[in-house]
Amino acid sequence: MLAKRIIPCLDVNEGRVVKGINFVNLRDAGDPVECAKIYDDQGADELVFLDITASYQKRNIMIDVVEKVASCIFIPFTVGGGIRTINDIENLLKAGADKISINSQAIKNPNLVNDGAKLFGSQCIVVAIDAKKNSEQNSWEVYINGGRIATGKDAIEWAREAYNRGAGEILLTSMDRDGTRDGYDIELTAQIADSVKIPVIASGGVGTLQHIYDGLTLGKASAALAASIFHYKQYTIEEVKKYLKDRSVPVRL
Amino acid sequence: MKVSVVDYNIGNIKSVVKALKYLGADVRLAANANDIKTSEKLILPGVSAFGAAMDNLKKLELIQAIQDYIKSGKWFLGICVGLQLLFETSEESPNSQGLKIIPGIVKKMDDTKLIVPHIGWNTIKILKPSIFFKGLSVNENLYFYFVHSYYVCPNDKNVIIAATNYGSDFCSAVEYNNVIATQFHPEKSQNNGLQCLKNFLEL
Repeated sequence: MLAKRIIPCLDVNEGRVVKGINFVNLRDAGDPVECAKIYDDQGADELVFLDITASYQKRNIMIDVVEKVASCIFIPFTVGGGIRTINDIENLLKAGADKISINSQAIKNPNLVNDGAKLFGSQCIVVAIDAKKNSEQNSWEVYINGGRIATGKDAIEWAREAYNRGAGEILLTSMDRDGTRDGYDIELTAQIADSVKIPVIASGGVGTLQHIYDGLTLGKASAALAASIFHYKQYTIEEVKKYLKDRSVPVRL
Repeated sequence: MKVSVVDYNIGNIKSVVKALKYLGADVRLAANANDIKTSEKLILPGVSAFGAAMDNLKKLELIQAIQDYIKSGKWFLGICVGLQLLFETSEESPNSQGLKIIPGIVKKMDDTKLIVPHIGWNTIKILKPSIFFKGLSVNENLYFYFVHSYYVCPNDKNVIIAATNYGSDFCSAVEYNNVIATQFHPEKSQNNGLQCLKNFLEL
């Protein structure tokens, strides 16, 4: 049976793993290769690295990090953050990434999704969507540039479009929940999962094991992504999986 | 432990190469007919469409070389599309012919009811003992990493050594004389996958 995936996410700034709150107060949290190995050992089903390097000049450092990480882990490895061109995608794939996550640039230039899927296959193009609830209209709006710019696009429609353009997966982050530890936005996640025939990775808001369970069951997500619960060693990946297995969620354990 | 990996300009062969190197293999890239002929063991990886992969093999004049290599009786491992290419035709690319090593065809998964591609960790059921699976713990769920939308249907079911359930059971590994091939990616399947690759290297 196909297992639900548990995916730790690491923010990487100028080649180092960082922890921060809302992108400020960044603190060094170690070497990316060491962190990747630890999560691999714990039984992570996949790893996501997000390049949050602010200065464009220093972005090349990420290629080096990806190469080093890829050479020591044997699970799928997704890299995102600041991807702008087919050339960016190609360079990261060549460095050893298995999948590339595109966010802002997919909105600005949606053909990047089509071109990337055509050239490298849908399986390696992940479209990341940051969505925020509009309570008046009972809908969710897509934001880009790290949540700073509202696009006016409806998240469900954009997810459908990304799927039709060839995206292989949707990495869905609820901006309302991100960092709150109140749990995934289940309603949003389930609606997106019902709208596309590709896997949806739930992200944003995990604080407890129950939240992960809810995201994978009620939220209909294929995978659960979390950062802080793993970074702060609140839970290990194995603990998450045991909890899920005891509740009959198929996991690789 | 010498092994060659067919380099035919598709997808990412790097992950296969690094897994083999991690296991201590002496890895060579085979990009022309002579490289293939002189290989001691050959791996055909592939993340691509069936037709595009065959087109590239044709362009590089590798089709005959791979067929001859397999006839020579030396060990061969196909991974993902590298499994599918061993068959006659695929629904993915109706105008392309495969390598025709194993009689049978490649079909599309049922995307009316399932999420396709089939992406993620799924279990295999070992249907026939194979040296390729040596050392795997058969009492546990054997998880491997899959990424594909098509699956192989061999005419002779006896070549199937493992099956996987996704909607229904499909063939996830074959062994046919000196040919072993998997739908899953051993190079992305952590310890289980490394064990299989190690078994292949030690053949």
